[in-house]
Amino acid sequence: MSDVAVHHHEAMADAYEPSLFGTYSKKIGMWLFLLSDSLTFGALLWAYTYGRVSTPNWPTPFHSESIRNATVMTAFLLTSSLTMVFAVRAAALGNAKAQRLWLLATMACGTAFVVLHGREWSNLISEGLTLPFFPTPPGHPGAEFSEVAKNVPQFPSTFFGITGMHMLHVTIGVIYLGIVALRKWFIPILLGLWLVAWLGTPDYSPFHYGSHVLLVGAIVCGVIVWLKPKLYDASDVEVAGLYWHFVDLVWMFVFPLVYLMSTKII
Amino acid sequence: MDAIQIALAERVAEEQRHHGKGQFLWVWAALLVMTGIEVYLAYQNMEPVRMLTILMGLSLLKAGLIIGYFMHLKYEVSAMKWMTMTSLVVCLALMMIFLPDAVRVVKLAVR
Repeated sequence: MSDVAVHHHEAMADAYEPSLFGTYSKKIGMWLFLLSDSLTFGALLWAYTYGRVSTPNWPTPFHSESIRNATVMTAFLLTSSLTMVFAVRAAALGNAKAQRLWLLATMACGTAFVVLHGREWSNLISEGLTLPFFPTPPGHPGAEFSEVAKNVPQFPSTFFGITGMHMLHVTIGVIYLGIVALRKWFIPILLGLWLVAWLGTPDYSPFHYGSHVLLVGAIVCGVIVWLKPKLYDASDVEVAGLYWHFVDLVWMFVFPLVYLMSTKII
Repeated sequence: MDAIQIALAERVAEEQRHHGKGQFLWVWAALLVMTGIEVYLAYQNMEPVRMLTILMGLSLLKAGLIIGYFMHLKYEVSAMKWMTMTSLVVCLALMMIFLPDAVRVVKLAVR
């Protein structure tokens, strides 16, 4: 019986040509997805550049506090890429414990990035940099950034559009790594995080509603692990790593273009 | 996964086993240093186009390090490198077609 299975397996293998790209199809699929996603960010960054070039009095409002915060966020993201590489290496070496620990370290850095970014957004919104559909925070009608949002609405639109899209990608990345590292046991953790984020933020914060991304993530992950319960192997970790590094890569352009080029120099 | 996929995944894993941690630590350190340089430049009150050129140059270098080492593209076969990078660069470059219009808006004061 087992001989028949082996022969069948070999016959199936012979039926396919070797991959032109010298690697397995999951990885090629992720590369193709990342190429398409890079066009999403490319379009957003081009739109930002267009708006900036065509607007003579583009504001440069970011104080040193914002720049310091964004620099620490960048360091967290770069460090998360390093821990991700170590997770991929541990997976290739068959060290399951180290793989899980490095994945959890990567998730911790990614979570720190999102929390710092959320704090940054909240500060900017409370100072008047907001979008029309954001709930109005109490107080500060004449806050520092109110004039910026009023006179150059392209600035908050592009800022929140680009950084929000990136933050969404980081959040999805943390969920993705959580499932690879902990499988179905990550879902109750995710639901706990959702409750903390939802109930722990005031109702005028965009994160009060944004936290529902975690609930949607938990539902999607629940369906995935229910339909295809499996132990994730080294190739799954490597493919997840590609996604994570891409998120890091995009930030390498967002940080200088959106933050550093808009630094307030006194 | 079928036999070919398993063999390919094993070949990739075999390559991973040959890379020491030191190489990745160097890349990480280089990325942090370049980020530090970028932040320093942001406070130098430089002419915007010049600063943009330098910042984008550094960002491209950082992107190259991340793609090459962290995303492992340096160790992929040529077909993979060419397919991914040429399609990406061409598509992003095509988006630039619209950029001169932004200058026209300013120069001709079109509102």
